[in-house]
Amino acid sequence: MAEDHRPLSPHLQVYRPQVTSVLSITHRMTGVVLSMAAVLLTYWLASAAYGPDSFARAQTMMESWFGRLVMFGFTFSLFYHMCNGIRHLGWDLGWGFELVRLRITGVIVIISSFALTVMSWMMAYGHVGKL
Amino acid sequence: MSKTPNRSRQLRSKLGRVRGLGSTHEGVHHWWAQRMSAMALLPLSLWFIFSLITLTGSDYVAFQAWVSEFGNSVFLVLFLISMFHHAQLGLQVVVEDYVHSELWKMGLLLAVKYGAFLFGASGIFAVLKISLAG
Repeated sequence: MAEDHRPLSPHLQVYRPQVTSVLSITHRMTGVVLSMAAVLLTYWLASAAYGPDSFARAQTMMESWFGRLVMFGFTFSLFYHMCNGIRHLGWDLGWGFELVRLRITGVIVIISSFALTVMSWMMAYGHVGKL
Repeated sequence: MSKTPNRSRQLRSKLGRVRGLGSTHEGVHHWWAQRMSAMALLPLSLWFIFSLITLTGSDYVAFQAWVSEFGNSVFLVLFLISMFHHAQLGLQVVVEDYVHSELWKMGLLLAVKYGAFLFGASGIFAVLKISLAG
């Protein structure tokens, strides 16, 4: 393939980042992150299937500051991927391709995914009463 | 120079030559499977997050009781199936887009596909074990 000098389209890096392009690559990145979250979910369920000791170990790990940081990142990734996924489904129906709508829905995705993440964590620790 | 056989001497029909090479009615399969799992994941993820919120701070017994509840077991299994299906469809595209060495690409695709089955099956079996033992 070394001698293959066919013309290529310019690399993505030469373009100025825009709302549309940044949201697009973030969708991918959160997707990859969520695949790791899926593996963690399996580990969590498996630890409970193994018994109380392994479940306690998993809980300690996830309740550490690092564990919580990771979980917070997973929560945001899920809400982002979900909100932007709805945006994608709109496009699949032919809705929202106009530049103005692209930008508006993009901003809505950013705001709502942050808001939903913070709201979930406040609800989760609200009823426990401690962080 | 070219080894292309003389067209007039080809006995196979045009349809016969393209069959199995292209996307005859299968072109949208990956796309459609991704959307279908995405639509299933919408309510399932919301249910899952809500469950995690209510489960925060609960111990082993409470967690076991929650998983064992019939509706929760069913939703967990559905969640795991649609999530790992959706994840491997997405990861496949990421690998195909960014990995250009054929050997690496093949290896990573196999890892993604087998990995989804491995972790998906393990998760489902864990749910069944917890709920059927409790």
